[in-house]
Amino acid sequence: MLALVVAGVALTLVTGPSLTPPLDVLRVLAGQEVPGAGFAVLDLRLPRATLSILAGMSFGLGGAVFQTLLRNALASPDIIGISAGASAAAVLAIVVLGWSGAAVSLLAVAAGLLVALLIFGLAWRDGLAGARLILIGIGISAMLDSMIAYVLSRAPAWSLQDALRWLTGSVNGATLGQVWPLALALMLLGGVLLLRRANLEALRLGDDAAAALGVPIAREKLVTVMAAVGLIAVATAVAGPVSFVAFLSGPIARRIAGAGRSPLIAAALVGALLVLLGDYVGQHLLPARYPVGVVTGALGAPYLIYLIILSHRTGRPA
Amino acid sequence: MMAAGAPRAAVVALRRRRRGRVATLAGVGAMLALACVLSVSLGTRSVGWADIGAGLLGRTDTMAQAVVAVRVPRTLLACLAGAALGLAGAVMQGITRNPLADPGILGVNAGAAMAVVIGIAWFGMATLSAFIWTAILGAGAAACFVYVIGSLGPGGATPLKMALAGAATTIATSSFTVAILLPRNDIAGGVRSWQVGGVGGAAFDAMLPCLPVLAAGLVLCLMSARGLNLLAMGDDAAAGLGAGIARTRALAALGAVLLCGATTAICGPIGFVGLVVPHLCRLLVGVDHRWLLPFSALTGAILLILSDVAGRIVARPSEMDVGIVTAFLGAPVFIWIVRRRRVRDL
Repeated sequence: MLALVVAGVALTLVTGPSLTPPLDVLRVLAGQEVPGAGFAVLDLRLPRATLSILAGMSFGLGGAVFQTLLRNALASPDIIGISAGASAAAVLAIVVLGWSGAAVSLLAVAAGLLVALLIFGLAWRDGLAGARLILIGIGISAMLDSMIAYVLSRAPAWSLQDALRWLTGSVNGATLGQVWPLALALMLLGGVLLLRRANLEALRLGDDAAAALGVPIAREKLVTVMAAVGLIAVATAVAGPVSFVAFLSGPIARRIAGAGRSPLIAAALVGALLVLLGDYVGQHLLPARYPVGVVTGALGAPYLIYLIILSHRTGRPA
Repeated sequence: MMAAGAPRAAVVALRRRRRGRVATLAGVGAMLALACVLSVSLGTRSVGWADIGAGLLGRTDTMAQAVVAVRVPRTLLACLAGAALGLAGAVMQGITRNPLADPGILGVNAGAAMAVVIGIAWFGMATLSAFIWTAILGAGAAACFVYVIGSLGPGGATPLKMALAGAATTIATSSFTVAILLPRNDIAGGVRSWQVGGVGGAAFDAMLPCLPVLAAGLVLCLMSARGLNLLAMGDDAAAGLGAGIARTRALAALGAVLLCGATTAICGPIGFVGLVVPHLCRLLVGVDHRWLLPFSALTGAILLILSDVAGRIVARPSEMDVGIVTAFLGAPVFIWIVRRRRVRDL
């Protein structure tokens, strides 16, 4: 997996409108001046690749945690409205309040947590039922999506590129300044999640089994959900709600990691790879340039349908 | 005496119920008229009653009269679209016996919008009647797709599976819609209008080609009321009572698809009207589809007109698309319905 991610980064750094020889790329990265290549590699492609990886890892980790905790492959944060909450807050902050930078990220995190609490609270009736949670999440995200659409409709007409970032997710125009808050969040929150991956696996077996294994259920659930929501929200504040990455990473990673082993690290790598490759396909392989979210959205929808069909055949609840 | 008295009491009760429904019908009709008056008189710009009268008579000498002349077709379009969506929602909930069915949630409107966008971008379609037929095609394809996906496997078409299939289809179709529109700067200005529905910019001649389609959909839906009543008892019971289940379903679904397709072709995708209205009407007139369907049409018209008026007032000095207003009104209702039901029924 790691090798694939490195290969993806290399591909992103080498190709662009003009091909840079790999040797030149290495010399630029080593700090040498290479005429004609320095700007493209250091200022355009490197931030883009870094942002793709970090955002993809955050989405992948957060999504896998949600899917594990709720024991439902469909309960990923982009379907149940948490990305939409962070996205709506970020759009409001940028378009209406005129904020930028870390303040936007903080607000997005707060809004993501708030929406998560709201969905969990509304879905709570004698315990938390996955089906109700998902349906309420669909309702909430429909509402938030229309709020995003409304705020964008009041934004100036020339900012279509920005608008699409908040509708589908995009890493266009990435700068190294955007990368830092995300890297920090990934190190802190991702670290928290990875340290707890044994407990998460225990929780996946069900509350009773986890309690029998000595896991303090309520505290673990609270900590992991907060950390996952925080990760998703920061990544959304920077790259927009890149469709379906959080949703796709978990099941793929579980297949790679095999049963019984924690898929979290694999999920982060799969997420990074999805965003990197999605962005590469959107930039270079298609006749027109698309933001990465459009590519992952088109990839993810057939997979979701496949998952529904599969869950019917095996008789497990979707 | 007892034997004679009991049926008579039943007949009296039935008559009283019918009279109650007729009274409700009159009330709803009055509400619709009031909503139309509000829609013509209220808006971003305040207009005096004298100007409204003059504008209604077709004079456009002053700014105010011209404003009224624009609001009249807009009101009519909201009325038509709301009625079509409300009726389509009631029929879909009847066909699928699914309380969460709605042309927006099940992805039917998004499918129609994508079909129109494909038609414009790849085949250079420009006429409205072409839009309408393409939209109907897209709506029909999306409806079949979602129904098949949602009813696969054990348990049949449960509300959860249908809603998930619809959500997936919506995300997929809107992703494709963006993908098609993005590189086309000539038509990309319309990206938003195919993602959020609105009734602004309505004109009489744009509505004309839709009328026969809407009328056909209306007739098909209303004709299927008796069949939907039988379907409500379950497929086996309905078959036992002599209903052609497949034929009833197909005809009613065709009617609903015609209504959704034609509406989406003019207004863009508008969600949640078809979800909210039938639930409201069931509280008013009960579960008999012969009453439920016409009431849903009328109430849908009222809801969409009032939503449009609200969208104009809330966001002064600009406007809020009616699709956004209905999502804000409808999503809480959706959540309320989900919360009220037991997990087993989802």
